[in-house]
Amino acid sequence: MKNPLSRRSVIGRISAVVAGVLAAPAAKAAKAVTQKLLVSADAPKDYDPTKHKWLMAIDANRCIGCGLCAEACKKENRVPEGPYFRTWVERYIITKPKPGSGAARGETLVDCPNGGINGYPEAPVLKEEIQHSFFVPKLCNLCQHSPCVQVCPVGATFDAPDGAVLIDPKYCIGCGFCIQACPYGCRFLSPVTKTAEKCTLCYHRITRGLKPACVEVCPTQARIFGDLKNPKPDDPLERFYRDNLVVTLKPHLGTEPRLLYAGIDKEVR
Amino acid sequence: MTNDMINIVVEVMPHFEGYAYPNEATQQPLWGVLIVLYPYITGLVAGAFIMASLVRVFNVKALEPVYRLSLLTAFAFLLCAPLPLLFHLGHPERCFEVMMTPHLTSPMAIFGFVYAWYLMAVLLLELWFDYRRDFVAWSESTPGFQGMLYRLFTVGVTDDSEAAGQLDHKIGHILSVVGIPSAFLLHGYVGFIFGSVKANPWWGNVLMPIIFIMSAMVSGIALCVFNYMVLSWIRRKTVDMKCLDVMGMYLFYALVVDAAIEALDWIHRIYSAEEGFQVMQYMAQEKLFYTLNLGQVACGTLVPLVLLGLLQLIRRRVPELQRRRMYFSSAMLILIGVLAMRWNVVIGGQLFSKSLRGVMGYKMEFAGLEGWLMGAVLLCLPFITLTVMVKLFLSERLPTSGHIPHREDGPPALSPAKP
Repeated sequence: MKNPLSRRSVIGRISAVVAGVLAAPAAKAAKAVTQKLLVSADAPKDYDPTKHKWLMAIDANRCIGCGLCAEACKKENRVPEGPYFRTWVERYIITKPKPGSGAARGETLVDCPNGGINGYPEAPVLKEEIQHSFFVPKLCNLCQHSPCVQVCPVGATFDAPDGAVLIDPKYCIGCGFCIQACPYGCRFLSPVTKTAEKCTLCYHRITRGLKPACVEVCPTQARIFGDLKNPKPDDPLERFYRDNLVVTLKPHLGTEPRLLYAGIDKEVR
Repeated sequence: MTNDMINIVVEVMPHFEGYAYPNEATQQPLWGVLIVLYPYITGLVAGAFIMASLVRVFNVKALEPVYRLSLLTAFAFLLCAPLPLLFHLGHPERCFEVMMTPHLTSPMAIFGFVYAWYLMAVLLLELWFDYRRDFVAWSESTPGFQGMLYRLFTVGVTDDSEAAGQLDHKIGHILSVVGIPSAFLLHGYVGFIFGSVKANPWWGNVLMPIIFIMSAMVSGIALCVFNYMVLSWIRRKTVDMKCLDVMGMYLFYALVVDAAIEALDWIHRIYSAEEGFQVMQYMAQEKLFYTLNLGQVACGTLVPLVLLGLLQLIRRRVPELQRRRMYFSSAMLILIGVLAMRWNVVIGGQLFSKSLRGVMGYKMEFAGLEGWLMGAVLLCLPFITLTVMVKLFLSERLPTSGHIPHREDGPPALSPAKP
């Protein structure tokens, strides 16, 4: 005990150093997450992400394919020109089966020129041959088990406590792994910032009490947006769940999307 | 109406058939030729290292002439391996974040650790312990800058006694044993990067890491055959046929296992015919016809299998010159075939939409970052590095300790010649 360099003291010191080395990254990571959320996500300083749970739902029965949402999103979020979209609207045309083919339905034709912003060309089949035609707005599926967050090598993309899946543009290294991992094609590598970008639910707007741009401009209320932790009287989200049977996209992948759809066909993926 | 349609299709989706998500309609796939080269080069590293361990760990004495060459090959290629990855990043200046603040659920984040471990703890140390006594001898015998370099490489450890040599050898052996699982890890995780992407039916596959490891071993051994034969040719030396025959044997067996696993993968895909199978079938028949069926399967697998298999059966009846030609052409074909395999995995996985409703064309540019030129430069770089290393560490002018890695049962090591 008198020896200042007893085995116990040496082991103690070494373990203290090891513990310190191991704990430092954890502490740094925790700090980084908090900072990232408040600094990089365009939220006002007094915004508390733990007191909200934002969610969007899509009622495809109401969508008329005007493309205003995709256009508003491009303008609001300064999304680059070209094949880069945070939200877009797909048109589905399911044709009637050929007579005598024995099939219940014909082909499925899908298109989405320029995200639907400029409208759609005339249907490539005659009107009489169409069995169903409908529009499906697409955006980040807000997965509960997001593959994009899982694969990011530096943790630049993260699940915010309020339900948004965000990217820290100052941290993203632009490797593109998250874009490969997203089954819904909702991410892109911005040619301007050279980082991954995606729908943030217009984080800069919703944290200030506004609706996302796409929801704001939708003329038919096909996009329903709300805060599950602070429901309004006769909340549109609650009404949506009450009135509709809902589905998610690509459920077999186990990503558990929080974005729910009503009124879409099995062909939508 | 038809005109309008064509205009819109041409303007918005320039090279798509069917439907693709709008974000997928970019001119170039997100991961281009740089990401093709990256698994190719790391695979060569892992394979060349396994080749060296055959001598060190498994006591295959016939392979001694290529022991140091394969270690140096692994080292030269490992030094160049991260370059394509680095160049393709949107923000290369942030690359160290992968190691400083890694996100531990990401297979890509493990890259930093596996790479550092393999470079620092395995290859560099093994090479140093293997060369240490030679460095001591060379630093005394070589004048000028080169001598200074060797002195620097000794790091001040100039003990060239027999006991120290024994210790070097022991540590080298341990490092080799540790190195084998590390080499598997290095390349297995590259396979996992692709195998873990469940969004992509072409990639998301539990066999992917094993396919990558096996093809890595095949390509690495083929590279050692290639390097050994080319080096012997440059130095006007006769190839050690016994060594070459043994290399050919290992190459054949590795190729058999590799071909079996890749065939199993395709049989499973065809039989289970899960979601996305139709688009994959179309890819194999149309978009990847040349690189998959001709490059990977015919040139890279079947022809070498026949050539090497023949040599296993009737080796004694084939004259040496013919044998050498057969080994060399098999090695070349395998190297091309494995490159084609990496192309098929990386580019093939991005030539169809994740909506599984469309496929995309891809014409590689010539001069850009993801172009032919850059690819060729990055592929030549490890060979240039290796040439420098061979000049420095495998020079004919330098006396060597007559490297015998398994000293216990072999003849006693020669002491380095002193001036």
